[in-house]
Amino acid sequence: MRVPLSWLRDFAPFEGDPAVLAATLDDLGLVVEGVEAVGEGLADVVVARVDKVTGIEGADRIRRVVVDSGNGPVEVVCGASNFDVGDLVALAPVGAVLPGGFEISRRKMKGVVSNGMLCSGRELRLSDDHEGILRLNDVEGAGVGCALTTALGIEPDVVFDVAVEANRPDAWCIAGVARDLAARLGLPFAIPETAALGHLGGPNPGGTAVPGAPIETVASVRVDDPELCPRFTARVLTGVVVSDSPPWLARRLTLAGMRPINNVVDASNYVMLELGQPTHPYDLDRLAGHGLVIRRAGPGELVTTLDGVARTLARPGPGLGDTGQDCLICDAEGEPVAIGGVMGGTSSEIDTSTSRVLLEAAYFVPMAVARTSKRLNLRTEASARFERGCDPAGIDRSAERFCQLLTRTGGASLQVATGVIDIVGDVPGAVEMNVRPSRINALLGTEFTAGGIAELLTPLGIEATPSSEDADSTLRVTVPTYRPDIRPFPMGEADIAEEVARTYGFARLPRRMPAWPQPGRLTDRQRDRRLLKDVLCGLGATEAWTTAFVSESDQVDAGFDPPYVEVANPLVEAERFLRSSMAPGLMRAVLYNTERRQGDVRLFEVGTVFQLPEGPAVDPEGGPLANTSECLSAVFAWDGDDAWTAVAAWRTIAEALGLAEWAMWDHTRVGRTSRVLHDYRSASLVSIVTEPGGDAGASVHPTFVGVLGELDPYLVGRFGLLNPDGRPRRVGWLDLDIGVLLDRRRVPRRPEESRPISRFPSSDIDLAFSVKDSIPAGAVERTLRTSGGDLLESVELFDVYRGPSVGEGGRSLAFRLRFCALDRTLTDDEIGGLRSSCIRAVEQAHQAVLR
Amino acid sequence: MSDALDIDALVDEARSYIEAAQSTEEIRQMTANVSGKKSPIAEAHRALGGLDPEERKELGRRLHGARTTIEELIERRRAEITFEELTREMAGARIDLTEFIPGAIVAPPARGHLHLVSQTRDALEDVFVGMGFEVAEGPEIETDWFNFGALNIPPAHPARGMWDTFYLNLGSPESTLLRTHTSPVQIHLMEDAVVNGGLPIHAVMPGRCYRRDTPDARHLPVFHQIEGLVVDRGITFADLAGTIEVFTTAYFGPDIHSRLRPAYFPFTEPSAEFEVTCTICHGEGCRTCSMTGWIELGGCGMVDPAVFDAVGIDTDEWTGFAFGFGIDRCAQMRHQIADMRALIENDIRFLRQF
Repeated sequence: MRVPLSWLRDFAPFEGDPAVLAATLDDLGLVVEGVEAVGEGLADVVVARVDKVTGIEGADRIRRVVVDSGNGPVEVVCGASNFDVGDLVALAPVGAVLPGGFEISRRKMKGVVSNGMLCSGRELRLSDDHEGILRLNDVEGAGVGCALTTALGIEPDVVFDVAVEANRPDAWCIAGVARDLAARLGLPFAIPETAALGHLGGPNPGGTAVPGAPIETVASVRVDDPELCPRFTARVLTGVVVSDSPPWLARRLTLAGMRPINNVVDASNYVMLELGQPTHPYDLDRLAGHGLVIRRAGPGELVTTLDGVARTLARPGPGLGDTGQDCLICDAEGEPVAIGGVMGGTSSEIDTSTSRVLLEAAYFVPMAVARTSKRLNLRTEASARFERGCDPAGIDRSAERFCQLLTRTGGASLQVATGVIDIVGDVPGAVEMNVRPSRINALLGTEFTAGGIAELLTPLGIEATPSSEDADSTLRVTVPTYRPDIRPFPMGEADIAEEVARTYGFARLPRRMPAWPQPGRLTDRQRDRRLLKDVLCGLGATEAWTTAFVSESDQVDAGFDPPYVEVANPLVEAERFLRSSMAPGLMRAVLYNTERRQGDVRLFEVGTVFQLPEGPAVDPEGGPLANTSECLSAVFAWDGDDAWTAVAAWRTIAEALGLAEWAMWDHTRVGRTSRVLHDYRSASLVSIVTEPGGDAGASVHPTFVGVLGELDPYLVGRFGLLNPDGRPRRVGWLDLDIGVLLDRRRVPRRPEESRPISRFPSSDIDLAFSVKDSIPAGAVERTLRTSGGDLLESVELFDVYRGPSVGEGGRSLAFRLRFCALDRTLTDDEIGGLRSSCIRAVEQAHQAVLR
Repeated sequence: MSDALDIDALVDEARSYIEAAQSTEEIRQMTANVSGKKSPIAEAHRALGGLDPEERKELGRRLHGARTTIEELIERRRAEITFEELTREMAGARIDLTEFIPGAIVAPPARGHLHLVSQTRDALEDVFVGMGFEVAEGPEIETDWFNFGALNIPPAHPARGMWDTFYLNLGSPESTLLRTHTSPVQIHLMEDAVVNGGLPIHAVMPGRCYRRDTPDARHLPVFHQIEGLVVDRGITFADLAGTIEVFTTAYFGPDIHSRLRPAYFPFTEPSAEFEVTCTICHGEGCRTCSMTGWIELGGCGMVDPAVFDAVGIDTDEWTGFAFGFGIDRCAQMRHQIADMRALIENDIRFLRQF
C-alpha cells in the first residue's frame, strides 16, 4: 500500500526525517518496502508560453522553440510535437535539477543552442506520459512565469510503500497506518472532518450537503440473505454532475497508486484508501426498479462483471469447505448487477450521463468473500479488504465521507437524499474480555503493571481499564470492531500481548537464553545418515540435489508403471508426477556435467521417493495418503566404473554401519527400482536376521534393503550418456532404502559387546571349488561361514578362475579360511576336521567339487 | 526417361547392402560404398554438371531425396545392430556380483563433496544441538490438517495466500499436499507428546518443503527450512529473542546480531520477523540489505493458543515459542550465492567448492 506522508498528516502531526518514520513503521510491523520522494526537483520548473516554433535545417525530429516565462524570450530545442504557439508548457531552465538528479545544462543540437528543456509528465515524475510534453492550458491558475508546483498545487511529498500483514485490515488504509504510528510516537490521532480539508482546494470547498427527498421515496433495498451480507446500507445522491476530480484529489489517488476515473468513482476509492471501507456507487437510474435485492446466487447463475467477463456462480469449489455460496447484488427486478464484496457489473456503472447515485456501503462475511474470490480467480481491492474483515461499525463514517467528498466535487446542484437505508443483521460486535497482566508478562517476559498495559493499549483505540489500583489487577478490555484480529478470551490475551509489545517496541523487550535439563542430540538415524553420506564422499561421490517433479517417461524409464502420485497443479504440466526413483534425476545430473566436459563423476542423493499406496486412498484425517521412503541413490560414472564399483561401495557402507549379516541375492524383482538395472549385472541387497537359538541357516528372515548393479545400457543411452564411440556408458548404481537400512530391528548391527582377540596363532586353509555359474559365490561363502563355526575367524574369496580345466558353465572359487581358538593353538587334527566338514558342507549344499 | 529408373534402382541396391550388414564394422564399410565419395549416388551427382539447367534441377532434387532415404536406412540398421550387439554382449556377460574380491577395491582418486545445503543443514543442526535441541523430522506429503488446519489456518483463510501450495490428486480435492513449510512437524511432535507424555519439547525440525514458485534467483519450488519449537513451563518471548540471538552469533559469527520486528503468522502470537546483521556489509549498509544493515532471515513467535488448543496442550501450564527460516537462504547469505538455481544445477564445479 502506498501511503503519502501528506495524507498521514491529516490524522496526526507527523514531523521529522521520513527515514526515521519509515523505521518506526517497520518496528510496528508495518514494513516499509520503499520510500519515494515525489514532487521534488520541481522547484525550478516554471510555466512558459510558446511564442514561436520553427524547424531546424537538417533535422526532422527536433524543432527550435521560443518560449516566454516572464523574463523575455528563451530559445530551446524540443523533440516533441504535441504543442503549438500559444500553448502553456513546463520549462526547466538551465541549472534546474529534475527529479532523479538530472541537471539541465546549455546544449547545442544541430548548431542551435538550447537554453532549457520543455518537460513531459514522466520527466517531472508527475505521470507516466512520455508521448509528448506536458501541456498546462487547462490548468486553473497556470499563468506565465508562475512556479509549476504552485500552478498544480503540488508540494514535495514522501510516499511510503507499506506491506500490511493479512491480519490487519484496519491498517490497510491511511487512517489505520496513522493510528499505529501516532500511538507509538505519542501524538494525538483524530479523523478530520472533510470540511477541515478546505486547504486542499476544490470547486466547492467546505461544501455542505443540501438535504434532498427522503431516501425511501427514491430507492429501495431488500436483503434476502443476511448470512452472507449481515449489514447493507444505501445512500442516494441526486443532481450529481460526473466530471474529473479536482487536482488535489486526483493527485492523492495517483500518489496512492490509483488511477483517477471520475469524481464519483474517485470519491469511493478515496474513502477506501483513507478509511479502509470499500463502497460501491451505482447509477440509480440504470437499476431496474430503482432498488437493490441482495440474495444468494442460484446454481450456475451468470453475471457479467465490470471487467467484461461473464462468470458462472454458485458452483462448489475445489477447496475444502467451499460449497459455492456467492452473494449477488441484484436490481429490484432480480437481475444481478454485482458480486457482493468482489466486483460490480457493467449494467449500472457510473458514466457521464449519471445524475443519481446510490452508494452501497456494506459488510460481507469475510470467509464467503474469500471463497468466491478464490474460486472465480477474481481478486479486487474490495474483495481483498472484505475477506480480511472490514469494520462493520465504520460503514457510516465511510459512507458519510463519500457524501461529503462528492458534495464538494459533484456539482453545485447536488443533493443528498434524507435518511439512510440500513439493514442490519448479525454483525460482529466489539470483543470484551478480561486480561490478566500476569498472562501478558508470562508471554512477553516483562513486568508491566495493569496501568502500564492500559497506557500502551489506549492510543490504539483499545479500551483497557484496570479493575483496581493493584499493579496486577485484571484489565477490562474492549476491542474496537476494526480489529477483527483480536480474539475473545482466552486466546485474545495473546493478541493483546502482541499489541502491548508492538506499541512498547519489540526491540525494548528483554532477552534471555533459556536453559533446560534435557540434552540436545541427533537420533541414531540422523547420525547414521550423516555417516552414510560421509562414506559416499569417501568413495569419491559428490552429493546432488535433483528435482522431485518428473515426467511420465521418467517414471516408466525408472521401472515404475502408472498410476503415480500426481500433483494437481504442477508448475510444468509435463512434470506433474512425484518421482518414484532418483535414477532419472541423477542421470540427468551426470548428463549435465558430461555436456560440460566433466562427465567423470560419481553422484549420490539422499531424498524422498513417492509411490501410491496399494488399495483405496486413506481418509485424509487417517494418515498419509502416499507411500514415501527415504532413499540413498548413487550413480558411479567415473571412467572404468561399473557394477563392481557399486558392490565395493555397498561393502564399504556395510562395514561402516557394522551390519551383523547381509547378503546379495542374484537379481530378483523384489520391491522397487529393479528395471533401471540390467538383469545380468544386478543384485538385490538383503539383511539377514537369523532367529536367535534357531538352527543357523534354517530360520532366516531376509529384509530387502536395496539394489545395486549396473544401469540398463538402453536406459543410459536414452538419457544420452554415451561413450565417444556412440555406445552407452557403463554406470554403476546403488539404491538403498534408508528407512529400512537404518532400522536396527530390521537390519541388525554387530553386537555391542566386544569379542576377545585370540593370543594364539591362527591357521589358514585355502579351498578351491568348482561351482556352477548358477550358484552365487556369496552362497558358498555363507555355507563356509556357517560350517566353520565359532573357530572360523574370517572367510575371503581370493580368486575366481574360468577356463578349460573347470569346464563350461562353471568356475573355480578359491576361498581362504582363517581358524583360530581363544585358548589354544589349533592342532593339525582339528584343522583337518574343520577342513573336511567345510568341504562336505559346500559339496552337499552346492553340488560343488573340491579342486 | 531412363534416369528415374536408375535412381530407384540405386536406392534398391543400397537397401539390399544395408540390410545385409551384420555388425557395426560392416555398417561402417558399407556406408562408404553406398553413400561415400565413390558411391554411385555421388557419381550421379557429379554427372549433373553436364545437364541443362532445367534437367539438372529436377534430377538434383530427386538425387537428394534418394540420398536422404539411404541415410535413414543406414541409421535404422545401425540402431538395430547396436541393440542386437548389446543384447548379445549382455547375455554373454552375465555376472555374479558376489564374486567380489575385496582386494580389488581401487581407492577413489578424489574425495566427493557434501552438497552445500547438507553442509549448511548439518552446521545448523549442530549449533542447535549444542543449545540443547533435539532434531526431529516429518513427512513431505501432508494433509490439510497438519499443514494448515492445526496451525490455525482454516480453509479459505486469507493467510493461505502466504503459501502457494502444490496439491496432490489424492483423496478429496485439496486435502493432501506437499508441505509448504516444516511447521506441520511441530503438530506431529506436539500431538505425539500429548499422547505419550513427551512434554517438554525442545526440537529443531529441518527438511524439504515445496511451494508453487517459479524458480528465480531467490526462489526455488523445492527448498529447505529449519523450524524450532520449545514448549516448556515459563517460556517467554524473552527466551525466544535470546535463543535467536545466541543462534545468530553462534552460526554467523560474533559480529552478527539479531533483531525482531512485529509480523503476522497464524500459528504464533505475538509474531515476529527476525533479521540479522547484513553479512556483506556487517551493518554498514549496502545494496544487499537495501542500506538498512539488516537482512530478513525468518519468522518466529510465541505458539498461538489456537495451535495448543488444536493439539490439546494446556496453555495455563505450558507456553512455547517457534521459529523457522530457510536453510538454502542461510547458505546463500553465507556464501554470497547470487542465484539460488546454482543449488539445483548439480554442476560438479559448483559442488566441489564447498
